[in-house]
Amino acid sequence: MPKAFTPKVVTANALLEGDVIYLAADDRWVRRLDEAEIITDEAIAQLRLLDAQARASEAVGVYLADMAPTEAGPQPTHFREEFRATGPSNYHHGKQAAG
Amino acid sequence: MYSYTEFDTAFVAERNRQFRQQVERRISGALTEDEFKPLRLMNGLYLQLHAYMLRVAIPYGTLNGAQMDQLALLAEKWDKGYGHFTTRQNIQYNWPELRDVPDMLDALAEVGMHAIQTSGNTIRNVTADHFAGAAADEVADPRPVAELLRQWSTDHPEFQFLPRKFKIAVTGAENDRAVIKAHDIGIQVVEHDGEIGYRVLVGGGLGRTPMIGKELAPFVPQADLLPYVEAVVSVWNLLGRRDNKYKARIKITVHEHGIDEIRERVAARFAETKAAFGGVDLELFEEIEAQFAPPAFRNAPTEAFDAAYEADPVFRAWCDSNLTAHKAGGYAIAQISLKAHGKTPGDATAEQMRVMADLARRFGHDELRITHEQNVVLPHVHKSDLPEIHKILKAHGLATANIGKISDIIACPGMDYCALATARSIPIAQEIATRFDELKIENEIGELKIKISGCINACGHHHVGHIGILGLDRAGVENYQITLGGDATETASLGERTGPGFPAEEVVPAIERIVDAYMQHREGPGESFLQTYRRIGMAPFKTALYGEDAGKRQRAA
Ligand code: HEM
Ligand code: SF4
Repeated sequence: MPKAFTPKVVTANALLEGDVIYLAADDRWVRRLDEAEIITDEAIAQLRLLDAQARASEAVGVYLADMAPTEAGPQPTHFREEFRATGPSNYHHGKQAAG
Repeated sequence: MYSYTEFDTAFVAERNRQFRQQVERRISGALTEDEFKPLRLMNGLYLQLHAYMLRVAIPYGTLNGAQMDQLALLAEKWDKGYGHFTTRQNIQYNWPELRDVPDMLDALAEVGMHAIQTSGNTIRNVTADHFAGAAADEVADPRPVAELLRQWSTDHPEFQFLPRKFKIAVTGAENDRAVIKAHDIGIQVVEHDGEIGYRVLVGGGLGRTPMIGKELAPFVPQADLLPYVEAVVSVWNLLGRRDNKYKARIKITVHEHGIDEIRERVAARFAETKAAFGGVDLELFEEIEAQFAPPAFRNAPTEAFDAAYEADPVFRAWCDSNLTAHKAGGYAIAQISLKAHGKTPGDATAEQMRVMADLARRFGHDELRITHEQNVVLPHVHKSDLPEIHKILKAHGLATANIGKISDIIACPGMDYCALATARSIPIAQEIATRFDELKIENEIGELKIKISGCINACGHHHVGHIGILGLDRAGVENYQITLGGDATETASLGERTGPGFPAEEVVPAIERIVDAYMQHREGPGESFLQTYRRIGMAPFKTALYGEDAGKRQRAA
């Protein structure tokens, strides 16, 4: 039996600001993880990834990150994505400061 | 102090102009990221987890007040009001935006600074003993050699696409404060029968395959140094493995071919490079050396110092841990700790940078140094000024008296910033420092160096920490491996793993158990952690960490 597909979001760093961005369902790049589109189908995930990678003048290092779908939106399944969504732990900088 | 020639200034200006255009072309879409990435890396610009990061070189860790002021300006204007000093004697800015970077580079150029060769497969920023030109134990100032090497290696056509990065460190004293045994080439200034020359080590390095450098030549005469180093790099450039980036460093080449074969090949190549050099480098060396002439030290009484030392226990504690003997009478080398308990190791705010710049101008012959241990040095201060200096430092959170102690921790940025990290390192450092500050036993413990890396690349030097901590990702959870017995000095050694790693919340208790075991077993306060470890071995520490059975197995093995 094929392994169950872990839901994903498309994520990258913004070219100009360098901060973490996510792809929303309406194709906008958004700053907040809870606004990101959660993709539950593997084939669609690959297509969305290709589309996003083509937007090279907006985003750098586009990839698919594993997420758990919840009521409050996608939740990281790995601590690296948790930090990307929040910011560093030694200062109140990054996403956590944007509120 | 060394100041840029017109050639250097024009070179940096041209590089900045090119980079500005490259940034514009990237933004307009004319350059892809694949095309742009090597260009930005050549100019010290990385993309990390939350933002871009700009790495600025501080050659051999030396800078003046105006340069430190400019670093403060960059921090305030284009970053979040602080900068991070690193083990490579660099400063990193964690939050610049792409469009601003060319302006930042121009601002640096105004004070003769840049970010060239802080990245890429080039010869990197040459590092040196941070007490250069000041230490009482020094044979000669290592910085003229470091500067000569910098000039020779910058934009050297043969060495822009080396198999991998290449790092050189120079020390002028037998006591190695520049970690020369963990560099691709380590150079020690030595004196034989009144003649100055260089002991050359090769093949040291940390990272995934840590190695201690081996002696290639016990004495290279001054006149032969550049052709000799060029011969070494050139031999490696041909032999070095380009097929596998993990095997590309010269340490692997030395390991695979053996030091004797490398020595023969270098000797053969040296015959050619020596002929090609023809002596211009010698004139250059003399010019450079003249620029590193020591400042005019003053002859003044030190009673004010003695009185404050007697009267003020806080000042006395600071002196005891943060001062080092200076070669000039009445002078001292003062270290400014960037390791306030609970704060991020190596970080300084713009305000603190300005305070340090000002102290250097007022009391320190306008010189500052950055140490690979992520602290700042006032290399030349007269003792009579120290009470005033200490007062000002204290008012700005810069008077922590912990140099060389358990809270003077090296920590790489780890997963709080670094895209390569497997775990965080900064919070671990913060917790250890806070805990031992609460226990109030730092001074009793004495010299103990903890070094933490957030992945196997070992930017935090964990292999050569008396206690090394390596953060890993174990099935999606941060986990920390501990090593003991590493040493970054002339008696260099690599730490040995204690056993299974610890989850984040168990690291501090584990360090406490290690320290308890040391305190129990040491022969007295005069025996440092490292000495005790070397005398009694791993077993008692294993017992302390994992219980009686683990210690017994270790002893039986
Ligand atoms: C964006 C952040 C960084 C990246 C991408 C990075 C990357 C790397 C990599 C890939 C290595 C392994 C090299 C090898 O074994 O061939 C390495 C080693 C090293 N880096 Fe970093 N590093 C970063 C930050 C730092 C910082 C902040 C420091 C100083 C605190 C530093 C100092 C060093 C040192 C001392 C080594 C080990 C010495 C050696 O080259 O063998 N790095 N780094
Ligand atoms: S050791 Fe790893 S985590 Fe730390 S700075 Fe280097 S590459 Fe990043």
